[in-house]
Amino acid sequence: MLQKIYDWIDERLDITPMWRDIADHEVPEHVNPAHHFSAFVYCFGGLTFFVTVIQILSGMFLTMYYVPDIIHAYESVYFLQNEVTHGVIVRGMHHWGASLVIVMMFLHTLRVFFTGSYKKPRELNWVVGVLIFFVMLGLGFTGYLLPWDMKAYFATVVGLEIAESAPVIGGFAKALLAGGEIIGAQTLTRFFAIHVFFLPGALLGLLGAHFYMIRKQGISGPL
Amino acid sequence: MHRGKGMKFVGDSRIPAERKPNIPKDYSEYPGKTEAFWPNFLLREWMVGAVFLVGFLCLTVAHPAPLERMADPTDSGYIPLPDWYFLFLYQLLKYEFASGPYTVIGAVVIPGIAFGALLLAPWLDQGPERRPIRRPIASSIMLLAVASVIFLTWESVDQHDWEAAAQQGAIVDFEVDEESYAFEIWTTQQNCINCHGGDMLGGAAAPAVFESDYSKEEVIDIIKNGAPGMPADQFEGTDEELEILAAFIANDGQDPEDD
Ligand code: HEC
Ligand code: HEM
Repeated sequence: MLQKIYDWIDERLDITPMWRDIADHEVPEHVNPAHHFSAFVYCFGGLTFFVTVIQILSGMFLTMYYVPDIIHAYESVYFLQNEVTHGVIVRGMHHWGASLVIVMMFLHTLRVFFTGSYKKPRELNWVVGVLIFFVMLGLGFTGYLLPWDMKAYFATVVGLEIAESAPVIGGFAKALLAGGEIIGAQTLTRFFAIHVFFLPGALLGLLGAHFYMIRKQGISGPL
Repeated sequence: MHRGKGMKFVGDSRIPAERKPNIPKDYSEYPGKTEAFWPNFLLREWMVGAVFLVGFLCLTVAHPAPLERMADPTDSGYIPLPDWYFLFLYQLLKYEFASGPYTVIGAVVIPGIAFGALLLAPWLDQGPERRPIRRPIASSIMLLAVASVIFLTWESVDQHDWEAAAQQGAIVDFEVDEESYAFEIWTTQQNCINCHGGDMLGGAAAPAVFESDYSKEEVIDIIKNGAPGMPADQFEGTDEELEILAAFIANDGQDPEDD
């Protein structure tokens, strides 16, 4: 049955070449932990991706309850945490996943660095990786404000003060992020938009480039 | 690719009529123990992923995500703390050479150099050597950077007063005595309930009636004259009932006689 459906679609859209292109690639011995245990360091990229998927899915469920305005934001998070069935797990996954993804990404960066995998011809992929790093930190920073509790608010105040201290663009950067002079209703709306639309969009684009380059170039050889 | 005459298409589309076989690539001639990513490797990875996921779920159940009380921008005494992975930056800004008039150094120059160097690593370290031992400069700079980040994070955690932090952020819970006469009066005040909720603990439109530490007289004044966002003269009842309710509110939800 599945085969029939596949053939039906394949006849119309010729998906076999595309599918074989995605599915067919080799896992060399030196990156396979089944053969060399120390190769587990090569798993950090994949684990980062795994946690990123968890973040996207749990985040989607969070937005089913979250209300991005200063009157309801806290209430909605409180409600999700304390009243909604399994809400505490969904929020917990997004909260701890945010930390985990940073840890995994850090380990992945160290693996790439210490195996010298950023060298020719993989310079561009390294640059894309560092941009992903920045996007991830941005997601962490903007997401921290969203529950609109005490720690969220005052951490953002400090963060924006730091941004403001930058020469030349500081004032502009702060106004852009805060949406005005005071850190309040506008800031929360901005951070929500940045956290949920702008940065994930950038992240998906960068991840696409990252994976395309890995597939095109293959993983770096053994040391 | 097949081109030119003799090509057959599906209908009037550009899909070639000739089907390509869907056969996985053969890696037996590849060096070493190379194996196929799909499905061999991925199936095994999924099992590892499942174990990872179970561990992760246990963590989320054992440690619910923290939530402090609702943001109060006027509370200037609050000691702020960013999420842990920004602590190294936060700590850096506490040192004399990177704070006050030198904030630019801590906020822009040092992180700028560090992250700029990270971004440009492929051009700063152009040699063909890949083993970390054979490129001692690059490796030691990276080790130094990692050590500094760990050190700064450690210092920051060490210097933070965690007990005070837990207290300043704690959600304040009021125990409302719902058996009391005063609470009975409250249940008849539909106006108040609309904004402050049937449990007196507030809602979207208004804070808990116990929010600030007002005296009985101040509470009566607010109820009679209103407050920003709260209309005046909403109370329906006798002055005596108003007194009882106000005393109950001023006493954070308990009858004053009881204690
Ligand atoms: C239209 C909505 C509304 C209604 C109706 C209303 N309130 Fe309020 N109330 C508010 C708001 C908003 C505040 C916060 C005012 C401020 O920020 O100073 C408030 C503040 C208060 C406070 C002070 C809370 C504190 O400790 O800071 C008390 C007490 C109070 N209301 C009691 C009442 C009582 C009793 C009634 C019914 C007679 C009532 N309110 C009806 C909206 C309302
Ligand atoms: C969301 C974040 C990221 C994800 C999901 C991700 C994913 C991956 C994956 C799956 C690989 C294959 C090899 C492996 O797993 O180790 C890889 C390789 C690579 N990554 Fe990442 N990565 C991320 C962030 C980064 C960052 C922050 C950097 C560098 C600063 C980086 C640089 C590289 C480079 C240069 C390679 C090629 C390495 C090689 O060929 O040996 N990546 N990435």
